[in-house]
Amino acid sequence: MISVIPIQHILILTTLMFFIGVYGFLTRKNLITILMSTELILNSAAINFVAFNKYYYQGEMQGHFFSLFIIAIAAAEAAIAIAIIVNLFRNFRSVNVEEVDKMKY
Amino acid sequence: MEFSNTIWIPALPLIMFVILGLFGKKMPAIVAGFLGTAGIGIACLLSLLTAGKYFLDNTSGQYSPVIAWNTEWLSFTENLHIDLGGLLDPISVMMLVVITIVSLMVHIYSFGYMKGETGFAKFYAFLSLFSFSMLGLVLAPNIFQMYIFWELVGVSSYLLIGYYYQKPSAVAASKKAFIVTRFADLGFLIGILILSFDANTFEFSGIISYVVQASQEAPAENAFAFCGLSALTWGLLLVFTGGAGKSAMFPLHIWLPDAMEGPTPVSALIHAATMVVAGVYMVARLFPAFEAAAPEALLVVAWAGAFSSLFAAVIACTQTDIKRVLAYSTMSQIGYMMCALGVASQIEIPGNAEPVTLGFTASMFHLFTHAMFKALLFLGAGSVIHAVHNNDLKGMGQLRKFLPITHLTFLIACLAIAGIPPFAGFFSKDEILVAAFENNIILFSIEYFVAGLTAFYMFRLYFSIFWGNETNCHHTPHEAPLSMTIPLIFLAIGSIGAGFVPFGSFVTSSGKGFEAHMHWEIALPSIGIAVLGIAIAMAMYMKPSAAPEKLASRAGLLYRAAFRKFYIDEFYEFMTKRFVFNLISRPIAWFDRNVVDAGMNAVATVTNFVSVRIKGLQSGQLQQYAFVFVSGAIALGIIFIYMWVQSGKM
Repeated sequence: MISVIPIQHILILTTLMFFIGVYGFLTRKNLITILMSTELILNSAAINFVAFNKYYYQGEMQGHFFSLFIIAIAAAEAAIAIAIIVNLFRNFRSVNVEEVDKMKY
Repeated sequence: MEFSNTIWIPALPLIMFVILGLFGKKMPAIVAGFLGTAGIGIACLLSLLTAGKYFLDNTSGQYSPVIAWNTEWLSFTENLHIDLGGLLDPISVMMLVVITIVSLMVHIYSFGYMKGETGFAKFYAFLSLFSFSMLGLVLAPNIFQMYIFWELVGVSSYLLIGYYYQKPSAVAASKKAFIVTRFADLGFLIGILILSFDANTFEFSGIISYVVQASQEAPAENAFAFCGLSALTWGLLLVFTGGAGKSAMFPLHIWLPDAMEGPTPVSALIHAATMVVAGVYMVARLFPAFEAAAPEALLVVAWAGAFSSLFAAVIACTQTDIKRVLAYSTMSQIGYMMCALGVASQIEIPGNAEPVTLGFTASMFHLFTHAMFKALLFLGAGSVIHAVHNNDLKGMGQLRKFLPITHLTFLIACLAIAGIPPFAGFFSKDEILVAAFENNIILFSIEYFVAGLTAFYMFRLYFSIFWGNETNCHHTPHEAPLSMTIPLIFLAIGSIGAGFVPFGSFVTSSGKGFEAHMHWEIALPSIGIAVLGIAIAMAMYMKPSAAPEKLASRAGLLYRAAFRKFYIDEFYEFMTKRFVFNLISRPIAWFDRNVVDAGMNAVATVTNFVSVRIKGLQSGQLQQYAFVFVSGAIALGIIFIYMWVQSGKM
């Protein structure tokens, strides 16, 4: 049953996921990989919602719905991000984040 | 009596100005000229009808002011509002007639004189603008409306002096005229503010009754006074400064001779007959206030007038430019009018029950007759210039054979201004001399001497043009066209007939007519000195002779000083260049460049420097931003955790 897994384990997992996402966001040069890192960050937050709901607020649904919203938003965001990346590629012939710096000063 | 149709007198020239200003370029010159002339012609007719109705239909013998129309134009508060209206009283009705007649004559005359000039329609548009402004000025029932139109006549004068805008001297003259009169108008404005602040109204009637009342009461202990004069007297004197600027009184006269750069009809209309007498008119309009604040205010008026008339007459004797002689003559005659107002105290006249202010009537009378003969002189001079294409007396002579009509009318005008009976100037000048004689014997002697000088310089002009040497001209001079001679003849008739108008029964300061008589004990000596002046001029200039040069070298210093206009222009130039520029303008320019501008520049430089330094933050590197954001978030997190731990919650 779920109760044999303490909540700390789940929180450690989500924390690791979150920082792996942040690390990927900061170090990867490929925009697609950066997008995947943001998904990791979002998902860690979604898991947290589900976990807290399950362990502390049994019988209520807000946490579940929040994670559903996060999934929906992540999907929409991915669609927009992919569209942006495609456009960037058309303009720069590259998806390297360091080369996309036209909007500086 | 109903006078609301007088609104059309200023409105018609305004409409013509708008039409000619907007569409003048597209219509043929003759149509433009005709439109302008028609506008002022109808206005002239209306003015004559108004004058007839006002003066002749009145059986009571008392001419009281009538507000013909009045609308609130700008409203600030209950008390502070500026109205536009039309005030009819003896002097404004008289001025309406003078302005529209002279303006009409100048409009007709300009058909011939300005023929073929570029901007013919523009000229008529400006003439219409001027006529409108001047008519609005004389009709003003409140001092603020007068000020508005006062500035408008200044603008139209500026535009017309600078009509030949490709000539640098004309441009300089128009600027000079505008700046000098504008400088004087500053005094006028301050005067208006003082008077209307105290009287709590802009209306002339309100201001006058306030000043009269205030001067009868004993001055309050805490009343404002400066240099021994009350605030009201200062207000009146400042208002007079504005009038002195417009009327070319010493020392603000320097613009008038230069204003002769404009076309000659303009000089006749603006700088002889109408605009330059605005100052006299304004003093006359406020005359009861000046009278009440006497003796200081009136004394200043009298001496400014007397000195200007003498000063200008001396200069006029030496000038060789035909129009400049006339300009100084104008200044001298306006000085006469001012002086007459200044000496207009109440005197007993035989045959009248009550004492009358003869000087007031005399001044207005002289204004009336002067407008006729001085406009005639200028138009005649224009006809001469038209014939020989030259302004300089030295190149003229013997023109009486070629210009018979101009010669005759010019002679009539010269006789009128010299004061020979039965021409108009004799009657008005006689009244002025009587008024001066009754008031102050020194002023009388100055004016008496100026009368002789006037006769001398006018006939010097006359003999130099029409007698003397042969004309030095490329072609035979020819008489002016009909459009120019008709106004000359009309004004010549005016110069003869105007003197017989019984002015005393119409135009007085109290509104009550009186019987004026000839004062032969003063008239005969004044005829004498005029004849003497003419005789001297005749001896010197009728035949070519060396007498003028001899006399000039005999007079030496005085002649040279008068020839250079007593170095007033040089003095002003010296003062402005040495003192105003060095002591005021340069420090202000320095302050502007080194404090105001430098302060702004410092702000800009600092901003620029800082932004160059920090613009590297905006690198365009997405991951750099993210790194900064994440590290900031972590740092904040650490801080909050630290504070949480410190607060002992854990």
